[in-house]
Amino acid sequence: MDGPRVTMDVRHIGETAAVVDIKGDVTAACEPVLMSAYEQAGGLAASRLVLNFGGLEYMNSGGIGMLVTLLVRANRHRQQLAAYGLTDHYREIFELTRLDEAITIFEDEASALASTGTAR
Amino acid sequence: MAETTGPERARSAEQIELSVREATAGTAATPRDAGRWAAKVDRLDAVARDGVRGTNVAGRRLTGPVQGFGKMWQKTYRLSLGPQVTPEQAIATWKAHFPEFWPAGNRFAGALTGISPGDVALLDLAVGGGVKLSTGVFVLYADEESFTLMTPQGHMFAGWITFSAERDEAGTGVQAQVLMRANDPLYELGMMAGGHRKEDVFWAQTLTALGHYLGVPDAPVQTRTVCVDTRRQWRHAGNVWHNSMVRSLLQTVTAPVTALRPGRRTG
Repeated sequence: MDGPRVTMDVRHIGETAAVVDIKGDVTAACEPVLMSAYEQAGGLAASRLVLNFGGLEYMNSGGIGMLVTLLVRANRHRQQLAAYGLTDHYREIFELTRLDEAITIFEDEASALASTGTAR
Repeated sequence: MAETTGPERARSAEQIELSVREATAGTAATPRDAGRWAAKVDRLDAVARDGVRGTNVAGRRLTGPVQGFGKMWQKTYRLSLGPQVTPEQAIATWKAHFPEFWPAGNRFAGALTGISPGDVALLDLAVGGGVKLSTGVFVLYADEESFTLMTPQGHMFAGWITFSAERDEAGTGVQAQVLMRANDPLYELGMMAGGHRKEDVFWAQTLTALGHYLGVPDAPVQTRTVCVDTRRQWRHAGNVWHNSMVRSLLQTVTAPVTALRPGRRTG
């Protein structure tokens, strides 16, 4: 079985927010990578987590399921989850699966952070 | 034979370069998963099919785990097929014969072409006492090694189930993985009162039938259940309005009357 073909780098924005830059394939196989990124982001007790999908190259239904699992963890810790950088194709998938009702989608990082009240 | 002049040659070169750029841009703009996902739909259309009642599907919205009511569960049913069958063969067979592997008494009426993204299948599920629960599923995603069905409003659960196959050290393993919440409080009660066990039996029998078809009879099915979220989403308790179990009961009781009415519609 191949390993996950994805990187997820965490950037802390101030003391309350973190951005996860996702590059590559989002499938069920990358759950350990995402959860590791989540732990890094939550290390500073971030109350807002922004997912940057600008480098997303491929996603299957297992990847969407993994995002739902992440959403549950974020909700459990009262963290807000937002996303930006989605192409029209992936934005439609978020809408089709109705994930957009729980993960707010923004046009860019500035608006994602601004909406959650975090200034750069 | 006419000789190409300088400017014409230069224009040709520009055109070639432009074509290359366009081709490159086209490749970059087309995601690798394009064609594997269903196109976006707001509400489901349902085409009447023989052998099923076909109600409680048309006009319904899709529901994922975010829209469900009950605790969130991830259930994985797995069966090892050994080295003789490739993942692609297993999934091709599963797609082509999907209804045949379901336990007796349950009907899955899908498209004649098999399982393709965007298809809507109509279901009649045996729930005991001679009552059929009529609902449906939507093919959300399909590729050579997996496919995913998503449920509409009124279905027992809100979520999706992914059928997949992959190679491991023991050969090819096939699995059905459900990520779901009970859709409303009535279904949640039903799941607690034996519904989970019935679902486990359902998918274990399905995998066993698939294994038998692929020449691997009596292989054990491994079941793994994880409660992903113990909280219930009370803001979605109103989903009960669409409950297909209640509606199927009413449709069964009133069937003799509605059959006499002209212009009756499915949905």
